[in-house]
Amino acid sequence: MPAITAEGLTKVYGSRGQVVRALDGLDLTVEEGTVLGLLGPNGAGKTTTVRVLATLLRPDSGRATVLGHDVVKDAQRLRQEIGLSGQYAAVDENLTAAENLWMFGRLYQLPSATARQRADELLEQFALTDAKDRVVKTYSGGMRRRLDLASALIGRPRLLFLDEPTTGLDPRSRFGMWEVIRELVRTGATLLLTTQYLEEADALADVIAVVDRGKIIARGTADQLKSQVGGERVEIVVRRPEDLAAAREVLGRQSRGEVTVDEHTRRLTAPAEGGTQQLVEVIRVLAEAGVPLDDVGLRRPTLDDVFLSLTGHAAEDAAATPTTDEPAPAGRTS
Amino acid sequence: MTATAPPPGRTGGSTVSDTLVVTWRNLKRIPRIPELAVFAILQSVMFVLLFAFVFGGAIAVEGGNYREYLMPGIFAQTLAFASATTTIGITDDMQKGLVDRFRSLPMARSAFLTGRTIADVAYNAGILIVLMLSGLAVGWRVRDGVVEFLAGFGIALLFAYAMSWVGVFVGQLVPTVEVGQQVAFTVVFPITFLSNAFVPLESLPGWLQPFAEWNPVSTLTAAMRELFGNPSPPAGSSFAAEQPVLMTVIWCVVFVAIFAPLAVRRYRDTSK
Repeated sequence: MPAITAEGLTKVYGSRGQVVRALDGLDLTVEEGTVLGLLGPNGAGKTTTVRVLATLLRPDSGRATVLGHDVVKDAQRLRQEIGLSGQYAAVDENLTAAENLWMFGRLYQLPSATARQRADELLEQFALTDAKDRVVKTYSGGMRRRLDLASALIGRPRLLFLDEPTTGLDPRSRFGMWEVIRELVRTGATLLLTTQYLEEADALADVIAVVDRGKIIARGTADQLKSQVGGERVEIVVRRPEDLAAAREVLGRQSRGEVTVDEHTRRLTAPAEGGTQQLVEVIRVLAEAGVPLDDVGLRRPTLDDVFLSLTGHAAEDAAATPTTDEPAPAGRTS
Repeated sequence: MTATAPPPGRTGGSTVSDTLVVTWRNLKRIPRIPELAVFAILQSVMFVLLFAFVFGGAIAVEGGNYREYLMPGIFAQTLAFASATTTIGITDDMQKGLVDRFRSLPMARSAFLTGRTIADVAYNAGILIVLMLSGLAVGWRVRDGVVEFLAGFGIALLFAYAMSWVGVFVGQLVPTVEVGQQVAFTVVFPITFLSNAFVPLESLPGWLQPFAEWNPVSTLTAAMRELFGNPSPPAGSSFAAEQPVLMTVIWCVVFVAIFAPLAVRRYRDTSK
């Protein structure tokens, strides 16, 4: 039996005359012992999905079962078996780490001594032992997230929800969190993780479900999703911005897919079914046309390309805030 | 407490122990944010000084000295303002996502709020003691027996408890701490001034008097004056004016009976 089954979940928010379809018929299955990465831009419905599955929000329609419990009818029973770590570090800033963990342990109905013992184990596991008697107010962002995750684990949940566990963290703390999450995965935990970082889903999840506008629009392993958008791509960076148009035309002639152009970085990308042969051809034609290049190469498609080909818009474009004067290069590592 | 009946089919989650854990949490926080208590007390002391020394000369109180008349009013005002602190505290917990964590735990649904209101009573008892000591310093006295004094103290805490339930309800409705602050002060400020806390009711315009007479802040102030043996000029012939102790108890019961179920229902509501 799958750990999570959701069928046709919908949730509509209305505020000040604006109707937002946060969930629009979302279906989802997560197998026990696997990590599902829910990938999508801001406002796609990731957090709403987690809130429904973690019993915090009742869907308008549709139904969901988590670990065999209906998320609405058996909510209280389900709460004993899940852990939730959200976008904010939801711990009490005015308590110490040890006090926070003891408190949450007690509220998971552990006896006081057991809660204390479990808290000590987790503090050790998350490298917080030295800071355990300091009030959380004095913690760094990374430490708070680790404590938040430890709080979600205090009741030994069978299933863990991680809602954007690394959003807002600096790269170092982010990789630290990845290590912690990988360690959890090694112990066989079932995990539902949401992220807007494409590389994060790639690094942590067994299966990735892409969410857009309240629906799952694609699902598969990272490799399956990548093969869905075809094989390799040819990528060139022209030296002079004025050559962008000419280079685009050359690439367009050479490949059948769509050419994407990033004017900011002067980078052009296009599908390259012909592989190396096509790359050589592109270089030759551009050299004849007198277009100097800064960089050129073949690369496998990234999840960014997946998003673009599935939704017709870039991941960043779907964000709720339309103010993006700088093209954010998030997840653009290849 | 009210509205703590466990839902059918729930497992685990002892209401009493969960409530105690949350109470512990809220008490533990108090010394970690000393500014909160310090400024609550300073604000009240400021009112004592303002009224006792600035307006005191202009306000005549039948049968006694103004400072002795004033202090129970200050106590009532401080406890009414404490509901603003509760509102802000709950809004802050909601904004920081802490309420989501509590709601995701297999704990008694009412414990998060009930624990807060119990801790508030302890907090307000502390504030009240400090204020009473400052009152003694400016000439306030307890003139009746120990039993009456304890009754007066008890009724003040009952009022604080009722106000705390209003606070936990309102705290869940407002979107941000700043709005919570505005709402609380906009409501609490006029209520404490449209009362007998600082001035005898006869000095108010006639059309305002019935409101001021029935105002819970007035009945509490009059109740404390009566129980502490402080000057308490007659304030009309309504039931509220003649039976301030009884009326205050009725008010508190009514407030808890309305706001505790509303607050718990709102907390349990997962439709938003």
